[in-house]
Amino acid sequence: MFASLLRILALTHKELLAILKDPRSRVVLFLPPIFQSLIFGYAASYDLNDVPYALLDQDRSAASQQLISHLDGSGIFHRVGDLERSADIDRQINDGRAVLVIQIDQSFERHLLSGQPADVQVIADGRNSNTAAVASGYFGGVVDRFNSDWRAAHGQRGAPVHVVDRAWYNANLESRWNMIPALVGTLTMIGTMILTALSVAREREQGTFDQLLVTPFRPFEIMAGKAIPCMMVGLTQATTILLVAQFWFRIPFVGSFATLYLGLGLFLMAAVGMGLLVSSIAATMQQAMLYSFVLIMPFTLLSGLTTPISSMPTPLQTATLLNPLRYAIDIAHRVYLEGAGVGLLWPDLWPLGVIGVIALSFAAWLFRHRLT
Amino acid sequence: MSEQQEDRLSSRLRRIRALTVKESRQVFRDPSSVAIGVVLPLILILLFGYGLSLDVTNVPVAVVLEDHSLAASDMAARFQLSPYFQATFATSMIEAQAQMLDRKVDGIVRVQSDFSRRLQQGDAPVQIIVHGTDANRARLIQAYARAAIQQFAVRQASATAAGSVRVADRLWFNEANDSHYFLVPGLIVLVMTLIGAFLTAMVVAREWERGTLEALFVTPVRAGEFLLSKIIPYFVLGMLGLLLCLLAGRFLFHVPLRGSLLLLTATSMLYLLVTLGIGLLISTAVKSQFVASQLAVLATFLPATLLSGFIFDLRNMPPFVRAITYALPARYYVSLLQTLFLAGDVWSVVIPNAAVLAAMAVLLLFMARLATHKKLA
Repeated sequence: MFASLLRILALTHKELLAILKDPRSRVVLFLPPIFQSLIFGYAASYDLNDVPYALLDQDRSAASQQLISHLDGSGIFHRVGDLERSADIDRQINDGRAVLVIQIDQSFERHLLSGQPADVQVIADGRNSNTAAVASGYFGGVVDRFNSDWRAAHGQRGAPVHVVDRAWYNANLESRWNMIPALVGTLTMIGTMILTALSVAREREQGTFDQLLVTPFRPFEIMAGKAIPCMMVGLTQATTILLVAQFWFRIPFVGSFATLYLGLGLFLMAAVGMGLLVSSIAATMQQAMLYSFVLIMPFTLLSGLTTPISSMPTPLQTATLLNPLRYAIDIAHRVYLEGAGVGLLWPDLWPLGVIGVIALSFAAWLFRHRLT
Repeated sequence: MSEQQEDRLSSRLRRIRALTVKESRQVFRDPSSVAIGVVLPLILILLFGYGLSLDVTNVPVAVVLEDHSLAASDMAARFQLSPYFQATFATSMIEAQAQMLDRKVDGIVRVQSDFSRRLQQGDAPVQIIVHGTDANRARLIQAYARAAIQQFAVRQASATAAGSVRVADRLWFNEANDSHYFLVPGLIVLVMTLIGAFLTAMVVAREWERGTLEALFVTPVRAGEFLLSKIIPYFVLGMLGLLLCLLAGRFLFHVPLRGSLLLLTATSMLYLLVTLGIGLLISTAVKSQFVASQLAVLATFLPATLLSGFIFDLRNMPPFVRAITYALPARYYVSLLQTLFLAGDVWSVVIPNAAVLAAMAVLLLFMARLATHKKLA
């Protein structure tokens, strides 16, 4: 038993040397997480901070001026065009200069003063339907404020109902707060799976894998000797991204680090298991890399990173139960933003453990059969 | 052409043909190339088409009615009738909050006990509580909830809530407000990037590591011919991938192609050449498969997904990140695809983007050519 542990330790040491000896390898493994979390942390956001819009005001009345000043004063909308004719609308939208074109027609003020509803046309660029929806939503909010101001100024009763908004855990609804914890899992998984698969495939290509056969190492020990260093590299990458989230983006962490690392540890076990599975099927490094990607792509897309799992059709939602990244992202969100403890996280932790154990066992079985 | 020049041209063509045949055999006999070239695009097509959606429908919300008047039930009915929501009733806030903690519901609508009384007085609040973990979804839920409540308010006070502004929305290019319309062009970018950069990134490095490149040095093969033979089979594979995606987009997802197919194919060829250039450049410069693969992921795949503008709108990014995206070919290709598919042949968008892609293709392939030497060092 003890001898077995010593052998695994020796293999781990050798593997770490192999991974970290090449300076290019060190750079490629440890520097990218920093840059990626910085860049993607800024880029990956559905929040709209700035909506360029074009205006076609056919009324030019005091009322329309008031609406426009509400728009311009909102801090979100900025005008990029003052149109004269409706024929100009085409160009503004087609060229992508404006996300919205707001058309106020001639009877705007007249209708308002006579107590009828006044219509405002909003034309949105649907090429990115999410942006269009959010921008239209913001415009709706501006119109609400204009309506209540107008009613107050003209001595009418306000709308009988008003909405009180509250958002849990992320009061200002900043996309970054859920993207970056999710990136911890995603970037780490991609890096760890590829590293694991490639390190075994490299040995196979170079022929050094066969050399392991003349040693007293058992297949299980060889696998552990590959898995542990890859997990260590993965943990380092995850920690780097967490540090960037904490100290650069200053996203408040309300949970416990111990819980987070427990979840990460289980997740990395599953990721490494998958990497080892891939490597036992692949004959060359190129195959190892490409097969890893055939797994990574669906995992990333079906994890809830960019689009929510609840929007997926039911059969796909069931399929995501096999995806370790889905659990990792959920754990990251819950621990980071909600401060969840192990009790609440249990439904995420045990599937990770199961996936890890099954993947590792299956890989071990394949290893044994390939070696003998 | 003189006889000497003719001889040189024909032997050059012969060498290119021989190398291309050898490379093609290598590519098509390797199951992993088929996996990336055919299987992965099919998986992606299915996922993008059926799995990914930013559209908000059937959002489970818990309605807590602390006031059991007719007006409150009327209000709750607006949520039940709305196609965006799947409203269930919770008996108390505690139950609703527990449901939200468990993520059984994504939002809570709370009507307090003094609702009908305050409604008579003309100012009744309705609380909308959303789960902030998915900020984008939360925002959309808030917007739809607000709209539902507005409808209720309008019906309640139809006589007195006189002059007010109503918004009439029109969505150009995507009348159905279907997020598939912009996800499917993004799918094409991904497939082309994977085939163009991934497959080639390890190809030359592998020949270096195995020593087969050294064997080529003693042949009359020139560096340019060698590169060309690498490009051709992957180009064909890439075009195949494009065809698959176009067929799926048209017949499976009914995404309209409002621009011309010829323009689409031509610009796709340009992008494919750019990604092939990147892959080959990485491969020849790095000479190690391990490092080449990591670089390929970093330099092509992740930026193409996250920084190209197909999921996350480029306009919202801070200036320094937006500056970086100008260096990414994927950004120009996404812009081209979105316009060609959804808007049509808008020349003011097509020409500048295509020109940048063409320039990048020339530059990258030239650099790859420069990096390929018939020398051991």
